[in-house]
Amino acid sequence: MLPCGTFNETYAQDMAIVRTRLQWGLFIAVMVGVLTLPLYASGYIVSTTIATGVTLIAVLGLAIVTGYCGQFSLGQAGFIGVGAYTSAILMTRYNMPFLLAVPAAGFVSALVGLIFAVPSLRIKGFYLVMVTIGAHFIIIWTIVHLPKLTGGADGMVAPWASIGGFTFDSDIKYYYFVIPVVILMTFLAKNIGRTRAGRAFVAIRDNDLAAEVMGINLFSYKMLAFAMSAFYAGIAGALWGPFLGRISPEHFSNLVSVPLGAVWLLGMVIIGGTGSILGAVLGTLFLRVLQEIVSAMTPIVATQFPALERFAPATFGGILFGLAVIVFLIAEPRGLSHRWEIFKASYRLWPFSR
Amino acid sequence: MQQPETTRKSTLAVDNIFLSFGGIQALKGVSLEVGEKEIVAIIGPNGAGKTSLLNSINGFYRPQKGRIFFNGLEVTNLSSHRRAQLGLARTFQNIELYTGMTTLDNLMAARHIHMKYNFLWGALYFGKAHDEEIRHRRVVEDIIDFLEMEAIRKKVVGALPYGKRKLVELGRALALEPKLLLLDEPMAGMNTEEKEDMARFILDIYEEKGIPVVLIEHDMGVVMDIADKVVVLDFGEKIADGSSKEVKSNPRVIKAYLGEEEPAQTGTKV
Ligand SMILES: Nc1ncnc2c1ncn2[C@@H]1O[C@H](COP(=O)(O)OP(=O)(O)OP(=O)(O)O)[C@@H](O)[C@H]1O
Ligand SMILES: [Mg+2]
Repeated sequence: MLPCGTFNETYAQDMAIVRTRLQWGLFIAVMVGVLTLPLYASGYIVSTTIATGVTLIAVLGLAIVTGYCGQFSLGQAGFIGVGAYTSAILMTRYNMPFLLAVPAAGFVSALVGLIFAVPSLRIKGFYLVMVTIGAHFIIIWTIVHLPKLTGGADGMVAPWASIGGFTFDSDIKYYYFVIPVVILMTFLAKNIGRTRAGRAFVAIRDNDLAAEVMGINLFSYKMLAFAMSAFYAGIAGALWGPFLGRISPEHFSNLVSVPLGAVWLLGMVIIGGTGSILGAVLGTLFLRVLQEIVSAMTPIVATQFPALERFAPATFGGILFGLAVIVFLIAEPRGLSHRWEIFKASYRLWPFSR
Repeated sequence: MQQPETTRKSTLAVDNIFLSFGGIQALKGVSLEVGEKEIVAIIGPNGAGKTSLLNSINGFYRPQKGRIFFNGLEVTNLSSHRRAQLGLARTFQNIELYTGMTTLDNLMAARHIHMKYNFLWGALYFGKAHDEEIRHRRVVEDIIDFLEMEAIRKKVVGALPYGKRKLVELGRALALEPKLLLLDEPMAGMNTEEKEDMARFILDIYEEKGIPVVLIEHDMGVVMDIADKVVVLDFGEKIADGSSKEVKSNPRVIKAYLGEEEPAQTGTKV
């Protein structure tokens, strides 16, 4: 349904993402707000926003393979690791410029993703989840057991990003590299979702047999979805390394205490609403805020209730995460993006929607 | 084996196929021909193998024996999606739509095989991706007009009433621009008005777009009205094949339906 007074005169208008003046206004306001953030926000907010942006890229990848294509994956953290290590190795050992190392990390990760995607033609549901968990184990195991290349369990330095002579050696500087990449990756994911490949993905998710009968090559498109998802993870990893400064296998584990753990990422897709890029954004924001609350409260809990100290922070975060997901699955299984649609519809029909 | 003489002219030729599931023989040596300009009805009691035959034609099931030709090309060993790309479209007995998508997107998804741009162009939504999206949107809108689905264009199909979902499924098959349309009980479970609409649409598809149709249908009234040829299956065997009149008076058909051998009375519903 369209807002009052808006009419589509061409299909191009009907198919545009940002259509009304209000939407343009909101869009521009958000863009300006995000791009000027370091001017007025604290260092903490800036670094948290970088971390959130990197997380969002990984979540977008998961939104493609799981949200659109319906192939559940718990391997995303592993592919982020592949990306982070690839770019760190290329930069430190082969002196590759950062600007090349980032896409290279995406492609290497996509390649690894393709290998683990092969079983997806035959295996579905829980079994596929097991395969992706296995993929994660194998990736981490490989990283630990290639110490010459990766530093093994001790990890390795992920150097500052630099382009030409300019080094992004502070959070504020790095912010202006990461955020445009996040915006670009979001834009690309949105377009993938609403065009040929995206429809093929959703067709496979909703009814794979019908999709095949309607001329969609299941194998190629499942492979493509996994590759895209791993590509996004790889880019996220390549951006995550310089932010951390030093990377080691535990940064890419699936523990609840790891902000990029696969369970958090999957939670972000689910809470946001599967099959929606806006959902990926909202879900990421929501759970990132939750993560920040957890880490801010952990020391308080520890001093107030010393008895609980040894459970924190992992248990505390895990409990809140579990609660959030359960509440969402009960109250709004279609996710935050669906809430937003309802809000939009009632706003447009106001005062008749009351 | 030589390619049967007749396959050159016919749109579809099914040649002596056998299909079994474990111990169940679903199809026992069934042959079938569909001409360029024909509406063929497949009838038969429940469990006769009608759906199995359709599933074999579009590659959903793989017969153990026999061959299938489509527009002169042997498709016996091709996957379903290859057969779709050659122009075989179908609907299902138990509606198989993309439930989470809108009517529009269900139809757009069926344009998949006609779109040429790859996902990189799609990601940029630029140049040929943008142009093709609009061009195919136009084709899809024509089908929406044709099937009078304007009101449900942007509705998510999972929430639509049964009759509408049947219609969307027909629309999705049409969006494939098929050279042959296979319909598995397109009117089952519909009320009279919906049935009449559906029959009209099928005839319009055939007459205006010139697409031959194979349909499975239990309603004999409908079959008599629209089919040029009727094929009768019983326990996996083809027991009759001819005009509706011929089939109606065929003693084997009467036996299969009524369970006894008796000459047909006028007006008997076969
Ligand atoms: N996938 C399958 N696995 C096992 N048996 C099957 C399968 N599909 C069909 N059959 C069996 O094959 C036979 C023919 O079934 P089919 O669905 O083709 O019948 P039909 O003529 O379409 O019947 P209806 O009018 O009830 O739709 C039945 O005995 C059925 O149980
Ligand atoms: Mg059937």
